[in-house]
Amino acid sequence: MSVATPAVARPAPAERERRRRWVPRPSRVVLNLVLLLVAIFWLVPSIGLLIVSLRPESEFTHSGWWTALTAPSQLTLNNYQVLFSQGLKPGGLLDSLITSAAITIPTTILVTVISSLAAYSLVFGRWRGRTAVYLLIVALLVVPLQMALIPVASLYKFFGSISGYNPFGTVPGVVIFHVAFGLPFGIFMMRNFYAGIPMDLLEAGRIDGAGEWKLFRRVVLPLGVPAAASLAIFQFIWVWNDLLVALVFLGGSPHAPLTVFLFDQVRELASNYWVISTGAIISIVVPLIVFFSFQRYFVRGVLAGAVK
Amino acid sequence: MAVRAKTLRAVAVPSPAAGAPSAAGVPDAALGRPAGGGRWRGHLGSLAFLVPAAIFLGFIVLYPLAATAVRSLFDQSGANFIGGANYKTIFSTSDILVSLRNNVIWVIVFPFTVTFLGLVFAVLTERIRWSTAFKTIVFMPIVFSLTASALIWRAVFDLDPHVGMVNATIQAVSNVFNPPGLYAGALSSGRTVASLARTGLEAGPNNSLLSTGTVSPGQAVQLGVTGVSPDILTMLGAQRAAIPSTASGAVTGLVWRDFSPSHPLAKGGVFADEDGLPGVTLSLIRADGSSAATTTSAGNGTFRFDNVSGGTYRVSLDSKNFQSGFTGIFFLGSQSITPTSGLDKTAQAILSIPLVDIAMIIAMLWIWAGFAMVAIGAGLASLNREVLEAARIDGATEWQTLRRVTVPMLSPVLVVVFVTMLINVLKIFDIILNMPPGSSQGAASTLALDMYNFGFTGTGDQGLASAIAVILFVLVIPAMLFNLRRIRG
Repeated sequence: MSVATPAVARPAPAERERRRRWVPRPSRVVLNLVLLLVAIFWLVPSIGLLIVSLRPESEFTHSGWWTALTAPSQLTLNNYQVLFSQGLKPGGLLDSLITSAAITIPTTILVTVISSLAAYSLVFGRWRGRTAVYLLIVALLVVPLQMALIPVASLYKFFGSISGYNPFGTVPGVVIFHVAFGLPFGIFMMRNFYAGIPMDLLEAGRIDGAGEWKLFRRVVLPLGVPAAASLAIFQFIWVWNDLLVALVFLGGSPHAPLTVFLFDQVRELASNYWVISTGAIISIVVPLIVFFSFQRYFVRGVLAGAVK
Repeated sequence: MAVRAKTLRAVAVPSPAAGAPSAAGVPDAALGRPAGGGRWRGHLGSLAFLVPAAIFLGFIVLYPLAATAVRSLFDQSGANFIGGANYKTIFSTSDILVSLRNNVIWVIVFPFTVTFLGLVFAVLTERIRWSTAFKTIVFMPIVFSLTASALIWRAVFDLDPHVGMVNATIQAVSNVFNPPGLYAGALSSGRTVASLARTGLEAGPNNSLLSTGTVSPGQAVQLGVTGVSPDILTMLGAQRAAIPSTASGAVTGLVWRDFSPSHPLAKGGVFADEDGLPGVTLSLIRADGSSAATTTSAGNGTFRFDNVSGGTYRVSLDSKNFQSGFTGIFFLGSQSITPTSGLDKTAQAILSIPLVDIAMIIAMLWIWAGFAMVAIGAGLASLNREVLEAARIDGATEWQTLRRVTVPMLSPVLVVVFVTMLINVLKIFDIILNMPPGSSQGAASTLALDMYNFGFTGTGDQGLASAIAVILFVLVIPAMLFNLRRIRG
């Protein structure tokens, strides 16, 4: 699967043939060369980070990572071994990895489920004001989350004072915030998908006396799986990569996600670049796996998110 | 017009699987749905489906919108109403004006550049066979966290050519045209050329070293240098220092590392464990300061000027022995690329463009060009090919077709990409926090970073932070209206 396939339909062979004949040969060579250079330019920074993470710490300021290309014997997995051998030490890499997952997975599930429910109501419900609510959701798409940080922090503390459980500084506190800010896009995306489901499918069920829950569960939800998958994958990568919300709600906590772990390492200045590069590679690997496994769905989600 | 709407939808909405038409922006009535109203009985179920979303949105999005707006009118403690004073502070504090300026730079430069780049890539990849690989490579950085990307690019632009790829490249090119002196390394820890003189040498003009005494043909001089590391000598293949022999009509001499591990305190005198300095460029200087001859020292540090006419001379170790080559540009620094000397502090804050902004914009282009390319590529794929063919048959060149037909037909997609990127950079935060080093973070700051710093670090001022958040919100309102218009059709 590829990025291109879902987005760009391949032109018919005949047309491709015609187009090829139009472009004079020398210019095609130049074009391929230029794009090859661009592709290299795009790849090299990431490869650099990968190689830095595979070199001994002592080599970092001594010689450029590119020297490893001609001396691959210096590459070692030692940095990874050291970081993982620290085990579940609070604030360590493995602990951060687990915290990232503990934030991302519940958020992804909640956003997908709650958005699907709300979208069903917006499309198939028969209450007044559905269009107004939909427009409100669209308006909320672009609200900067900076608008909510301070009041939500106070709200969490207030909730703590009346219930004894203060979500501020906890993983659930981060999850709640992410879910709320994931919903406008989630509802927007699911609603647009559901709007393409023929009404007849539901009417038949209604005549048979099926309740709303049953219609949702048996008819709409299964049909909506492609959109739900796009939403879930988009949401997963979005939340996995978040720094700001985690920093505000989990900044001082011993358990912080990977992005906060990296940020803390950067603040400790210079000499720990082996931790930074190794941690950054690990933080990249997870979304990269998700991306390559579900590329088609992710690209759809990103394209739909062209408003966020 | 029909083409426009279709293109737009291709970008904005994932289409349902079984080819069912997407209905974004189509009013419910047009879809043959009961337009609300009527009986609630029996449909409370579907309304209940909205409850979880309503609770989250109500408490975590809607209520805070109002609360932040109100909070922005209160002071740091939150107890005293101060009206618009926080907003006045924002527009009169030069540190925050710097952030506002950076937001303006981002908004002016970034959305346009990334959309343009995306368009170029989208059009060009249609003509290569490996477009799938190309698109995947360029698209990939989107799934990296901005934090990780910032760290990647922080390394790319590092000042040290041993770390930063860009400076390493510039250095490699620069060394071809302006090679550094062999002994430049001796000065790396901030030492002066004069401090290298140990025996028979003193500071000369323009960072050179000059023999203290004069010399005539048939005589030899011994010039002792200190501060050169053994590593450099090993690298240059230095041999043990040799006492120079004299020759008639020639000035001879030795330039050596006047430091003996076995006699660390001895000054002058050539010991058996002392090395000569190879490759030193030396000049024979006349009394009037002009150069009579030039030579280079051998592996054991000896040198020789032949056929010297009578008179007295001094020998100089030329400055080029010590001149450093290219040592790196501080791309992540706060120095301005626009001239701002002679301006007062506020004017400087508003008018300078720090180099680090450019470095960060390049990093952001690397991250987002793939998105623009794929979005525009999707629009391109849904264009009506017949129109393009017609233009070509009518004799339009490739460029004319692109300029006059493709781009206008794509304009709805281009606008969507542009607006998306605009909203994106208005809120830019992660890159600013992680890419510039501490020394230039102030110069690189943006409103979103200020909001975080005032709101959640140090003593802070949540009133001021709220006011900054409100400004960010006001800035995205046009985008909000754009979206609403687009959805309503």
